[in-house]
Amino acid sequence: MIKQRELVIVGGGPAGMAAALSAYKNGVKDILILERDEYLGGILNQCIHPGFGIDYFKEILTGPEYARRFINKLEQVPRIEVSLRSFVVDLTKDKVLTFLKPGSFNRIKAKALIMATGCREKTREMVHIPGTRPAGIFSAGLAQKMINIEGLIPGKKVVIVGSGDIGLIMARRFVLEGAQVKAVIEIQKQSQGLLRNVVQCVQDYNIPFFCQHKISKIHGNSRVEKVSVVKVDKNFKTVANTEFEIECDSILISVGLIPENELIEMAGVKIDKNTNTPVYKGLNKTSIKGLFVCGNSYKVYDIVDSVSSDSEKAGQSAAEYLKRGKK
Amino acid sequence: MKIYDVIIIGAGVVGTAIARELSRYELKTAVLEKEIEPAFGVSKSNSGIIHPGTQNHCNSLKGRLCVEGNKLMRGIAHELGVDFKEVGELIVVFNKKDIPRLIKLKEEAEKLGVPKIQIVGRGWLKEHEPNLSKKAIAALYAPTAGILSPYRLVYDMIENAQNNGVEVYAQQEVIQIKPSKIRGSKKQGYFEIITSSKRKFKTKYIINSAGLFADDISKLAGIDDFKIKPRKGEEFILDKKKEHITNHLLFPLPAKKSKGVLIIKTSAGNPMIGPTACDCVDKYDLSTTDAGLKKVLSSVKRMIPSISHKDIIAYFAGLRPAAGEDFIIRHEDKVPGFINVAGIQSPGLTAAPAIALMACAILRQQGVNLKKKKIFHKTREKTTHLFEMPFSHTEKIIKEDPDYGDIVCRCEMVSAKEIKEAIKRGAKTLDGIKFRTRAQAGRCHGSFCTCRILKILAENSKRPITQITKKGAGSEIVLEKRCND
Repeated sequence: MIKQRELVIVGGGPAGMAAALSAYKNGVKDILILERDEYLGGILNQCIHPGFGIDYFKEILTGPEYARRFINKLEQVPRIEVSLRSFVVDLTKDKVLTFLKPGSFNRIKAKALIMATGCREKTREMVHIPGTRPAGIFSAGLAQKMINIEGLIPGKKVVIVGSGDIGLIMARRFVLEGAQVKAVIEIQKQSQGLLRNVVQCVQDYNIPFFCQHKISKIHGNSRVEKVSVVKVDKNFKTVANTEFEIECDSILISVGLIPENELIEMAGVKIDKNTNTPVYKGLNKTSIKGLFVCGNSYKVYDIVDSVSSDSEKAGQSAAEYLKRGKK
Repeated sequence: MKIYDVIIIGAGVVGTAIARELSRYELKTAVLEKEIEPAFGVSKSNSGIIHPGTQNHCNSLKGRLCVEGNKLMRGIAHELGVDFKEVGELIVVFNKKDIPRLIKLKEEAEKLGVPKIQIVGRGWLKEHEPNLSKKAIAALYAPTAGILSPYRLVYDMIENAQNNGVEVYAQQEVIQIKPSKIRGSKKQGYFEIITSSKRKFKTKYIINSAGLFADDISKLAGIDDFKIKPRKGEEFILDKKKEHITNHLLFPLPAKKSKGVLIIKTSAGNPMIGPTACDCVDKYDLSTTDAGLKKVLSSVKRMIPSISHKDIIAYFAGLRPAAGEDFIIRHEDKVPGFINVAGIQSPGLTAAPAIALMACAILRQQGVNLKKKKIFHKTREKTTHLFEMPFSHTEKIIKEDPDYGDIVCRCEMVSAKEIKEAIKRGAKTLDGIKFRTRAQAGRCHGSFCTCRILKILAENSKRPITQITKKGAGSEIVLEKRCND
């Protein structure tokens, strides 16, 4: 007999935590959070810069501080069980989850399920940057984790591709760690990140910012040695005779995020092929009843504050769904 | 100084297949590899196809060895626990006027002894390959085509050869070969090999299976009558979600210099599209291009119109070590004891077991006494991969070893146990771990798991994290460590 739980939440980042607290507040008394990492908080843990919480807490917090506020609240609610290092490998349309933990194989059935699985970063391969494949090419988030969590410096002469917020923030971060940030290269006419990040992370540090440019080739066999850069027109076509080279030892890729919805896709939820998000009317809802998606896996948000408030609505929706089932 | 009977230069699929074959005999055998790990040269960019033998001239050496290799590979894969899947191939035509070429391919293949081939029509294709373009009118169907992981085959063969006494020396680029005759005697002497790290090896026989560099090695031994001309192939890997986009390997009619741009099923599940074929001069040029991507996409869309550039999660380029049309496998009578196994481009992976037998036959001809060992371990314990087992089995092995429940690579479901096991079996680099376990090979491309793998690799190989590389010296990942644990 498979163990049944009222509400299971996959993901213990800001979305999952807000959803859990809100579901509890709305009357759900049996909640399990499955978090694959060793700690709650998700990507907030590696975002050590300030700028979080302005909307939600009316204060300026760092990522770990913002996460800590929610973790503290969770710790006061014994009815919310947190299972760390728990990796979901399978999900069915009946909301049966299979998850692995070191030393254990587990299967449970959720009456209601909230997926708060976040995003992954688009890779160099997804934007088809030609050239070699040496060491020294990192997604911006990986570089952020290496520096801020592991204390490892992955590059000294850095070129950043794309101007997503993580890329902009990492431009400043690398400068603060004593690295040279040679350029930020953006194919669009303007930055893809928040204006405040362009000003505070790039302009304030005099980092060259090339809009309407792209990398035409990555050079280097063992480690990145340089990149070729060209100007593009409004249709992203290369403008002839504009190529120049930048010497560097690393390339950070910050060209956007993709919601991680492979598990619900496995369960049969209808997914939009372009955005990789669930197709259904209504915030946080999916084509499977009682299966909700919130946070960055529902849609890519600009700021965590909106993730928290929208995810609270997911917790509320799940509570209402469970109440309806009891009637 | 120890005198080897045979030294094999190059630990690609050819060198390791020969090493494994020779390990059956009472011989002192060693393999020298220039890179940090086996399979890091030509073999790492192989498509993983076990060809049935079609698309080869009926009098060619490679055609014969391919048909023989296809049969032998099944046994080797079984003995070593390499997953071989017989998926079959279709050579597809879109035009009535191309049917005579299809018939000619069939006749040539039959002359070579390719079994069970037949020409199938629109009706068959519609039923068995539903995503294939409606414009495809017929195909040559060769059911004996198969797939396997080329690098896992190399690692498993070399591991088995080592288990049977073969010695392997990595990072030993051969820079000098001195043939030496015993003065005043007709008896053959031995070669002295000097490597870039100043190590010396003595051996009675040399087998040159140095892939792209086989001409350079041959020249060192005094034979300078062929040139390896690299022919670049770019390949693009699709998301695992597209695993069932085809049921067979799909080929167009062969082009002049290659088998054309294919849709390839792989043992990992991810379909692959490519390769291009472009002659180049630089033996180190593994760059991919925009032009290559365009060419591959337009070619495969003709066969499967639903393939999109959005399905691509990874790409790479490889170099085929071409030396003219056919393989060069021969004893060089001018340099007694020196055997060239060169120009092994496609279908080299398939042919490798047959090439190994041919190399043994050449040694025997040269008077080497190939005496079978009393004990030959022909099997090895199959490597465990969570992604290929049913959950019931996963449950069992996690109970036996908790590390199997500790997932490191989330896209491909690879556990800490599998990574530690890969290190135990010889992985030294991030690429070595990727090729063996598939960790970092999925859709996030290592964004989530690289840190963890770096730490496991550093800890289990007792090296500082700053010395961990992607693929050998110069490809370090971490440039500086700021804090102590």
